Formats: sequence, structure tokens, C-alpha cells
Amino acid sequence: MDDCHGAPTATLPQPPAAGKQHIVAIVGPPNSGKSTLFNRLTGLRQKVANFPGVTVEHRMGRARLDHHREIYLVDLPGVYSLHPRTEDEKVTHDVLAGTMEGLPKPDAVILILDSTNLSRHLSLAAPILGLGLPTLVVLNMADDLHGRGGEVDPAELSKQLGTPVALISASRGSGIEKITEFLSGATLQQLPRPPLVELPVLQNVPKIRDWAANIGRRTKYRAPAPPVWTRRLDGVFLHPVTGLVVFLLVIIGVFQTIFAGARPLMDAVQAAIEASGRWIEATMPDSPLRSLIVDGIWSGVGSVIVFLPQILLLFLFIGILEDSGYLARAALIADRTMAKIGLQGKSFIPLLSAYACAVPAIMAARTIENKRDRTATILIAPFMTCSARLPVYTLVIAAFIPEKPLLGIFFGTRAAALLGLYVIGFLAAIVTARLLKSTVLKSTRAPFVLEMPPYRWPTVQSLALRLIDRSRVFLRRAGTVILAVSVVLWVLSNLPLENGKAPEIGNSYAGMVGHAVEPVIQPLGFNWKIGIGLITSLAAREVIVGTLGTLYGIEGTSESMNLQSALRHELTPGGAAALLVFFAFAMQCMSTLAVVRRETGGWTWPVIQFVYMTLFAYVFSFAANRLISLWF
Amino acid sequence: MQAVVNKQQSHAHGGARSLTALKRGESGTLDRIDLPEDDAQRLMELGFLPGHSITRAHSAPGGDPRVFQVDGSEVALRRETAVHLILR
Repeated sequence: MDDCHGAPTATLPQPPAAGKQHIVAIVGPPNSGKSTLFNRLTGLRQKVANFPGVTVEHRMGRARLDHHREIYLVDLPGVYSLHPRTEDEKVTHDVLAGTMEGLPKPDAVILILDSTNLSRHLSLAAPILGLGLPTLVVLNMADDLHGRGGEVDPAELSKQLGTPVALISASRGSGIEKITEFLSGATLQQLPRPPLVELPVLQNVPKIRDWAANIGRRTKYRAPAPPVWTRRLDGVFLHPVTGLVVFLLVIIGVFQTIFAGARPLMDAVQAAIEASGRWIEATMPDSPLRSLIVDGIWSGVGSVIVFLPQILLLFLFIGILEDSGYLARAALIADRTMAKIGLQGKSFIPLLSAYACAVPAIMAARTIENKRDRTATILIAPFMTCSARLPVYTLVIAAFIPEKPLLGIFFGTRAAALLGLYVIGFLAAIVTARLLKSTVLKSTRAPFVLEMPPYRWPTVQSLALRLIDRSRVFLRRAGTVILAVSVVLWVLSNLPLENGKAPEIGNSYAGMVGHAVEPVIQPLGFNWKIGIGLITSLAAREVIVGTLGTLYGIEGTSESMNLQSALRHELTPGGAAALLVFFAFAMQCMSTLAVVRRETGGWTWPVIQFVYMTLFAYVFSFAANRLISLWF
Repeated sequence: MQAVVNKQQSHAHGGARSLTALKRGESGTLDRIDLPEDDAQRLMELGFLPGHSITRAHSAPGGDPRVFQVDGSEVALRRETAVHLILR
């Protein structure tokens, strides 16, 4: 109870004050089980943070040692060396050297290595030991090593390296007590500096590798037999025929889950938000404050919280795919196709997810280590036709396109129009990807490498922590940026007061803005009412349907027939086509902008993306308006 | 900065065999990596070290990228990269 200050946020670690708190950095190569160990040690007492000026994330957490003491742990990006070539390596290097802004130099280092691949992973020990910080070498995946007939002598390795060595299994939790013991030493600063063992020249990879092999030999390291099950499973999952079948099944599964599977949950959340909104409405006296809370905050924040089930399901899926090792195989299979638009295999799942919603998709882009590919993926994801565009498409298509059969009863003109909108979104994504990858995000010529980890069972703990972490990030955003924008949009639509009451929307600030933008959007065939819809739909695309309903004095979506005839009255066919094209291309979604800001670590990319997509939408809407107007 | 001119073809290296020549299950010994220093180092850190044996494993449908068993792990490389890893 010593850390309980009465607030629930007390469980989140605060940035450590220099000199007071002890910090231990966890370092290791990718796929060494670093995150699993970090989760084991910190549980829920962790948070994700960005270092100033870089997009590399690190996790900070507190490990409870006993009733009185805690220690801060920093989970650094996975690296093979400290040679600062990539941003990840630079961050790891700077943190360990104590030159990272905002973080004091760590008191000690935990170096975690995969014991089944020790000869190669030991190479990282050379630069880490060279730092001269107290170090604990953790050999992970002991169960896997022994299960496959491998052997290592931790005592002998400890003698050779001059540091304590612990043999553990992070996923099963065995051997963790040795780490706690080391951390206790770190808090008391009783750790001996490692004696200087003779280290190889750090720039020479073959020399380091020979040094590691020698250490391995002297400690009688026996490498385990190749993972039989992994080979067998790859025989199926990477088979030219069955591999493709499994791949397609997984894709359909992901798509179906986030599209259809999440639907009942989302409806339930929606119902809960509406019910609680009505309850507030019933308990409060009629006032602008009530309107602000119910129509502004509640429906604004609610329209975003509704995505939570979808996000959680997607991340559960991705968590299982990633932790089991299949994600690397899926990326391998998709790589050839994605390479054609300048991206890579790992962009595939995020882009697929974007057909449901760009928000979880952009968060899913974290699995792409290459920063430029990741940024490009994030930037094109909102062009994919997300489910929030569907209400707009359905309304406009139903109002303007008469249903005629094209291919029998299965495929009519309206379905063709909808499919066309999906296609133009996809084409816009490809064009943009090519543009980005041939200019600002041109890949450094770094070769594409993809490690194939052995298949492993995902652990419930790791999956649960991932989901909790994602929900936290998402809800915090809903509680800040989206809350603020909802309030602003409410103010625009409900002020200035007329006789102490909210004005007709045409006379509100939003209405004034609508009138003000009319000359700009008039070439697209839009009037000021559509202009208001474009502004309110910045909250979420489907909001335009409700706004237009309000503008035309129609309550409730059941009156959509009336809304359709109102739209037919309001828009020319050219304007209707322009409206569809505009929604296909424009970045009408503050949730997406907020998540792009978070994931790219600043406002630069979201601003560029917003401007680019809006201009793109404007140009093509203008063209659509002119083109259609020629015919009708 | 060797091999910047010769981009795709393995026979551009004067007939030397590259990793792309390995058939499924076949092994070879790496001689050198004809790529700029940084890229070569990165590949070496992953286990593609001169003098070490490399075995070709599965590949994506269509044959690219291919997976190689190297130094205790499996790493996939695109063809465009693999042609620059020259076998003995």
C-alpha cells in the first residue's frame, strides 16, 4: 500500500527522478523474449512512451521487489548490435550511454538472449559488456533448449563473461527469482562492475561472432536440434498450395472478425452509450449545459468508444498471429505483392484491417520495424474504404442511382457503384504509396530481411497485457483529443444563442462557416448545407448523415427516404458524384488524425496527410462533378 | 560501394554462384557479401557470415522471398538481396 496515493493513476509509473530512482535497462535481440520478461517483471505497472524527437517507443515499468522497494525497468527496442545504424539501435545506444534526453543513465543492464540460439545472440554481449555497467545475462527459453536436447552451463558462462548469468523461461516464469535478486542488488547499488574481460573489436562482426563461438565452446554450449514442429508446420504454411489456402483463411478470418464479429459487441456499446445519454438527459434540466454533455461530449466521445470492441478483437487476432510466429509467414507470403507498390509484407495486415477502420489499422502498423515502410503504411491506410464511409455511400447511392441489374440479380448498378468506390480508394492508396516510396519515404537501400521465429504457443498473459495496453492508449485518446474536438464542434453548432436558446443550425457558427466555405466548395457542386456536413463529419464520416437530417428538419434515420428526396433536391447528379468521391478520398476523421499523431510522434505527418488527402479529394471531386455534369 | 551497378543478375558477378542458385534443402558456404558496408554488417549480424554454411529452406509461393537457415535461425531474403550474397 506504500505506493497508494488514493488515485487510480498511482499504478502507472511516473518518470523517474534522476538520482532517486534506480533504473535498469532490458536489452536483447529481436525474438529473444524481451517483452515477455518485461511483462513478467512489471505486470500492469507499465506504460508506453516515446523518447523526445524520435518515433521509437519504449516501455517503462516498475518491478516490485518486496514490500518496500521497487525499481524502474526500461524495455529497449530489440537490436543485434549497438552500432547506431537504425533509429532503434541509436535509441538503445543513447539510453545505455546515458545521453538520452529525459532519462538518466541506467544503473544496470539486463541482457536477455535466446538460449536456443546462443552462439549468435552472444554477439550482443560484447558491446553491452563493453559499456562497463553492472550486467546480468539472462538466457531465455531454457525449456525449449532442454526440450530439443541443447545444453548450456550458466556457471561456466558467468565465469567466462565476468557477470552473473541466469537461465530462465520467461513464458513459464521459471528462474525469475534470480532476476529479482539482481534487481535488489541494483537498488542497493551493491552490484560489482563487470571485470574487464577481453572483448573483440566492436566494428568487426566476424570477429565478434568468433569471440561468441569461442565462449560457447568453452562453456560447453550444445545447440539444440532444429525445431521439428516448426519445420513440419512450415511444410504446410509455406507450401505453394496449402500455404496460400491457410493464408486466405486467416485473411478472411481477420476480415470477418473485425467486420461482422465485432458488430454485436459494437451494437451493445452503442446501446449502452445511448441509454446512458438518455439517462443523463432525463436527470438534468434542459439547458445548454445538458446539450453540451449529451449532444456534444457523450455522442462525440461515444462515437469513438464504439470502436473499442473492434480494436480489441483485431489486436487479439494480431497478438495470436504475432506471438505464435505466423505473422512472419503471412508477411513472407504477402511480400511479393506488397513490394509491387513499394511496400513490404508486413504492411499487409494493417492495410487489410483498414477496410474495417483506419484507427486499429494504424495501431497495427507497429509490427513493421522499418520506419519508412511503417510511415507509408500509416499514411495510405485511410484511403481504404472503412466501414464509417458506408452510411454515406449507401445514402447517396440510394438517392441518385436507380437500381438496374447488370449481371443478373446478383450485381446491380448500386452494387457496382459501391464496388467502384472501394476500387478508387484502393487505387488512391497505391498511387500515394508509390509517390511516397519514390520520394520522401524512399527506402534506404537497406535490404529487406525477415526473421522466421519458431512457432510458439501464445501466452494468455502476453495477449491480455497487449489488449489492456491498446485499450488504455485508445481510451486516453478518446478522453483527450476527441473530447476537445467534440466540444469545439458542439460549440460551433450551438452558438451564438438566439433568445437564450440554441440557434437554427444555419445561423450557428457552423452555419456561418458553411456559408463561408460555400464559394470554395461550390465548384464541387456543394452548397452551404453540404459544407456544414463536411465540417461536422470531421468528427466521424457518418456524422454527415445525421447533420443533413438535422438541416433538412428530418429526425431519425428511419426517415431516410425523405432525406434521399431532400438530397435529390439539393444536389445535382454531378454534385452527388463529387460527394461520393470526396468521402472516398478526404481525411474526414479526427480519430484517425489523432492516432496518426500518436503513432508518428508529432503533428507533421497528420497535417501533411490531412492536407494531401483533402486536396486529392478536392481535385477529383471537382473532376467528377464536371464529368458527370456533361452527361446529365 | 561494390556492386551498385550490377543490380539483379547473379551472372553479373562473373559467373559466381549466389544464394539464389541454392535449391531447396541444398547448402553452400558463403564467400562474400557484395553490398555496401552497413548492409553487409546487418546481414552478418543476422548470421550471414563469410565461411559459414547456409541452407535454402522454404520460400513464399512464387519463390520470392526465400527462407535461409543460417547460424541457428531462419531468415527470409528477397531475390534482389540474395543475388549479392556470393557462394564459394
